[in-house]
Amino acid sequence: MKSKFVWIGLVLMLAAVFSACAPAAPQTVEVTRIVEGTPVVQVVEVTAAPVKEEAKVFRVAIVMPSSITDAAFSQSMYEGLKVIQAEMGGESMMEIAYSEGMFNVPDAAAALRDYASQGYDLVIAHGSQYGTSLQQVAPDFPETSFAWGTSLDTFQKDGIENVFAYQAEAQEGGYVLGVLAALMSQSGVLGVCGPVEAGDAKLYVDGFKAGALATKPDVKVAVTYTGSFSDVSLMAAAAETHMAAGADFLTGSSQSVVGAIGVAKDKKGYWLGTQWDQTSLAPEAVMASQVYDWTGVIKDMIESRQAGVLGGKAYTLTFKNGGLVIKYNDKIEVPADVKAAVDAAIDGIQKGEIDPLAVQ
Amino acid sequence: MGDLFTLPVLIGILYSGIRLATPYLYAAIGETFVQRSGVLNLGVEGMMLMGAYVGFLVGMKTGNLWLGLGAAALTGLLMGVFMAVISVTLQAQQGISGIGLHLFGLGLSSLLFKMTLGGVESIRGFAPIKIPLLGDLPIIGEAMFNHSLLVYGAFLLVPVSNFILNRTTFGLKVRAVGQNPQAADSVGVNVTWIRYITLMIGGALSGIAGASLSIALINLFQENMTNGMGFIAVALVYFGGWRPYGVLVGALIFSFVNAFQLWIQVKGINLPSDIAVMLPYILTIVALAFSVQRAKQPTALTKPFERGEA
Repeated sequence: MKSKFVWIGLVLMLAAVFSACAPAAPQTVEVTRIVEGTPVVQVVEVTAAPVKEEAKVFRVAIVMPSSITDAAFSQSMYEGLKVIQAEMGGESMMEIAYSEGMFNVPDAAAALRDYASQGYDLVIAHGSQYGTSLQQVAPDFPETSFAWGTSLDTFQKDGIENVFAYQAEAQEGGYVLGVLAALMSQSGVLGVCGPVEAGDAKLYVDGFKAGALATKPDVKVAVTYTGSFSDVSLMAAAAETHMAAGADFLTGSSQSVVGAIGVAKDKKGYWLGTQWDQTSLAPEAVMASQVYDWTGVIKDMIESRQAGVLGGKAYTLTFKNGGLVIKYNDKIEVPADVKAAVDAAIDGIQKGEIDPLAVQ
Repeated sequence: MGDLFTLPVLIGILYSGIRLATPYLYAAIGETFVQRSGVLNLGVEGMMLMGAYVGFLVGMKTGNLWLGLGAAALTGLLMGVFMAVISVTLQAQQGISGIGLHLFGLGLSSLLFKMTLGGVESIRGFAPIKIPLLGDLPIIGEAMFNHSLLVYGAFLLVPVSNFILNRTTFGLKVRAVGQNPQAADSVGVNVTWIRYITLMIGGALSGIAGASLSIALINLFQENMTNGMGFIAVALVYFGGWRPYGVLVGALIFSFVNAFQLWIQVKGINLPSDIAVMLPYILTIVALAFSVQRAKQPTALTKPFERGEA
């Protein structure tokens, strides 16, 4: 008995579907034709559908090792994408799909492959640990553009033509913030809370040390590494240790610095941030931050792809190209002559006169 | 190397080490109860994360840190019940269900954080309280007796839990259920109920462990902020021989060496940072290898109880 109703229902459904698919009333147009030498006007049925010139939405996917709210590495790229999305005309013109918290590299590799097979135009592997995975995925999708950061390797030597690479010259901002810290420190002791001794974290730390020592050779710069990008608890302990050793200015990199910033605030020290503007985390303690502005890189990648270049370009963020910016916290007063010294350092780096990684 | 073994450094190591040990103590003692009753709960990390999040959210929204702490404990307790239903009643593979609980706690805390808070912000957490006479002692005063209530609570938990496990009827039942659940059942101990209770205790303590991070020690919440602490806490239970004092020794070794290696780096001693970071783990393993007294694992650990089955 039940199956009879199912059949009736199916038939009714099919009828509804077919009626919706019924062709619209035919369109006609008047056409002049020559029949046996004389022009004749005939009414002709239009059968072809007009071609709509539709703007194609640009689809971007990004795989990140931490959260989009990490106030550091991942957030800087995500916010950059949102800015470009707004510039292009919103979600209808640019689609952003993201996978965050992908600290497990095999999971990230699967995500990259997934996005590529779903036909995304640009797939960003935002983490230096994703390199090997990208090397395997990119050749399988020659029509897709990939991007890898932070790195300068586009795998062109392996014959791969569809991978962009990008890196932040974090040592430039590190140097400049080192100058600032050396000039502003009352105790003459600076503490650097590093995460993992690799990538743009190491570049930043080395630059900071160089900048501080170049400004005041007798300033003490202590460096610790916690061995993790996400160990907030140990980062807080590192900050405690630095301050117990006499530091009044702290700096560091990665999303785990939120722990260190809290300690700096509680113990009345100052913090200098990198990767993102960290003022909101502790307005009374954060003096300045080096901010990564990825929008120029993203724009060029999109334009290159639309021009037919699917990869092979390497980008860096520098002061010169506007990818690195120093943002001060307005609530903390920095004397004008100190700011002038900072600007001079930025200028020197832009002109190439100062090498932020020169060994002291 | 000389200025590493000075008084200020010692005080610093004591201070930081005690703070670092606090969440491990709460979580590992909770897990001691659980494992003593024969259940392996690998989901401690997920419980800690949910406890950290709920404690932070409730503490921030109500302005009452004790409410936050209570909410965190309740969350952990409920997750413990959840684990008990899966592992004790439904008798699932305990290792796997624990990992599942970890991923659940990680995912849910991250999702709820994004929905309710959106970005990292800080809270005025439990403030340090100086203990009257002891806090004035010369060196150890400022290092040991100037911490928040949650830190003191973690250390007080050790003798309390030792008392409960070894000197109360309830503790006897827990140990019996973990050693020989069939025998315990035959004398009228409700094995399932005991395991539910220990998982509730373990869950509540894990929730408090997470809250100790978000509303006392670090005073903020960030996604995945525990970063594997829960798994280290489970390892500490094994290290401590399933005894609260053993767990204390393990937590202290691990935390003090961690604080020590930071000082090694700050003093600029020529040791690669990667080796410094490894030190706590290496020394804990070495200590384990040298510990002659090897306590026996609860016989029924990880084995689901089926009444009437040998």
